[in-house]
Amino acid sequence: MLNFLFSRLASAAIVILGVSCLVFLLIHLVPGDPIEVMLGETSQAADREALRHALELDLPVHIQLIHYLQGLLHLDLGTSLHSKRPIMDLLLERIPATLELAIAGLFIAIIIAFPLGIIAAIRKDTLWDGSAMTFSLLGISIPNFWMGPLLILVFSLWLGWFPVSGRSGTASLVLPALTLGTALAAILSRMIRASLLEVLNEDYIRTARAKGLSEGVVILHHAMRNALLPVITLMGLQLGVLLGGAVITEIVFSWPGIGQLTIEAIQRRDYPVVQACVLLISTAYVIVNTLTDVVYAGLDPRIHLFGDT
Amino acid sequence: MRYWMPLGIFVVWFTLATFGSLLPLMPDHIELSRILAAPGHGAWLGYDDLGRPLWDRLVEGARISFFVSVLVVLISLVIGTIIGAITAYAGGWLDHVIVRIIDIFLAFPGLLLAIALAGLMGPGLNNVVIALSVIGWVGFARLTRAQVMALKNRDHIHAAVALGAGRPRIILRHLLPLVSAPLIVEATFAVASVVIAEAGLSFLGLGIQPPDPSWGSMIREGTRYMLVAPHMVLVPGIALMLVVLSVNLLGDRLRDWMDVKAR
Repeated sequence: MLNFLFSRLASAAIVILGVSCLVFLLIHLVPGDPIEVMLGETSQAADREALRHALELDLPVHIQLIHYLQGLLHLDLGTSLHSKRPIMDLLLERIPATLELAIAGLFIAIIIAFPLGIIAAIRKDTLWDGSAMTFSLLGISIPNFWMGPLLILVFSLWLGWFPVSGRSGTASLVLPALTLGTALAAILSRMIRASLLEVLNEDYIRTARAKGLSEGVVILHHAMRNALLPVITLMGLQLGVLLGGAVITEIVFSWPGIGQLTIEAIQRRDYPVVQACVLLISTAYVIVNTLTDVVYAGLDPRIHLFGDT
Repeated sequence: MRYWMPLGIFVVWFTLATFGSLLPLMPDHIELSRILAAPGHGAWLGYDDLGRPLWDRLVEGARISFFVSVLVVLISLVIGTIIGAITAYAGGWLDHVIVRIIDIFLAFPGLLLAIALAGLMGPGLNNVVIALSVIGWVGFARLTRAQVMALKNRDHIHAAVALGAGRPRIILRHLLPLVSAPLIVEATFAVASVVIAEAGLSFLGLGIQPPDPSWGSMIREGTRYMLVAPHMVLVPGIALMLVVLSVNLLGDRLRDWMDVKAR
């Protein structure tokens, strides 16, 4: 188990290092001279050289990379070109909003997906199953940037229940969370259905039924517990979709989170901030996935990946 | 019956995309007197905020989404399959390195890497195709690698090796044909996700630039006028949903049909 933990952590560390290098290289993808793009064509030569020096773009690439990684180790992400503030502060301001949205979205997804997936599995090949899976297919096919405006149209403009955008109180959280949550619920409910259907054919389910246990107990205590394992892995993976989708959802609802910061920074050509946001989101994703794997291994007594000697 | 409707929608999409340019369309024609006009007589999808006909823009957008998605999927398919097949067949250190690289690309959730790439390279059709191909090859590489790993110790491969066939020949003639079925299914689903991704980038202002219409940028323009002209959001959104839904359904059917064991 300890071996597994170490190897999993080591591979996460390698991936995060690779991600950091890739994010570092992003700025060199800017066509032409990134300094000129950032400052505009009318800028003074002296200003350009000053910025080039400040961003260390006048140094050889490998020195730049080493300095960049050293900065990351000290949690120093540099300074925003636009607001001249440390990027770390900007990120810290925005993280709570994104976290709030992600947790609320996950919560809504779980509330929708579990009943839907369970009903579809128990009533397989009936109208229940059909409509649950149709809902799920619709959810997969409707992108966030259309779902969001639709919800605004119906619940804000026509019914007037929730604010159109912004982050002011719980009411403003409902629609963005619903946008994120339904997309996730669509995938999750399919997975729960498939996983439950597989488990329901197992011998121990027949045993439980033969013992005369009620169907509810069989489903919830015997089937669901076993079906949950693959679902947990998927939830970790889908949290990434949640984080990625949050960028677009935050734009739709003017939600002041990391995603909005990313797009704002792109529009202002504030490339160090873009790099920092991308790095933050993907690092969070890698960490969540690693934790999911570790939890999975802890939950499933059959997994002895490395400790089986 | 169950796949006639998605097939029909797909054919309409394909036809409008390829032959739409033959229609007398004026997607950039401005008619000031009909600004934000609702669907009705004469223009059955209405007009947008600048007085441009939505039907014409929708057809133009269909062309962009179709060609971007087909191009991106083709590029990703070719690059991903080559990398996946070579790495799985060669094994050793090369395989280790490629698997790590794939892991690194997978660490960027959803559209994030494409957003960053398109944002930094600057908007435009070419950069959208590049950005989406950069994230697209990974799925195909992973799938091909897994399939080839499972197949490479089959008897017919050993027989080919014993007969003196070279590596390129084995990969091309003896491995890839067996991998093609899952790859085709994956490519179908990839078309659906690239359609959404292109529209997403354009929605964020990072894709197709005005005045060219993309379904994503049409939705974005529509969100500003939702109270007075909801049709501006509904028209491109419904088109997008129908196309994605039907491609996904066709992918499902294709998967069932190609699964010889289940048939």
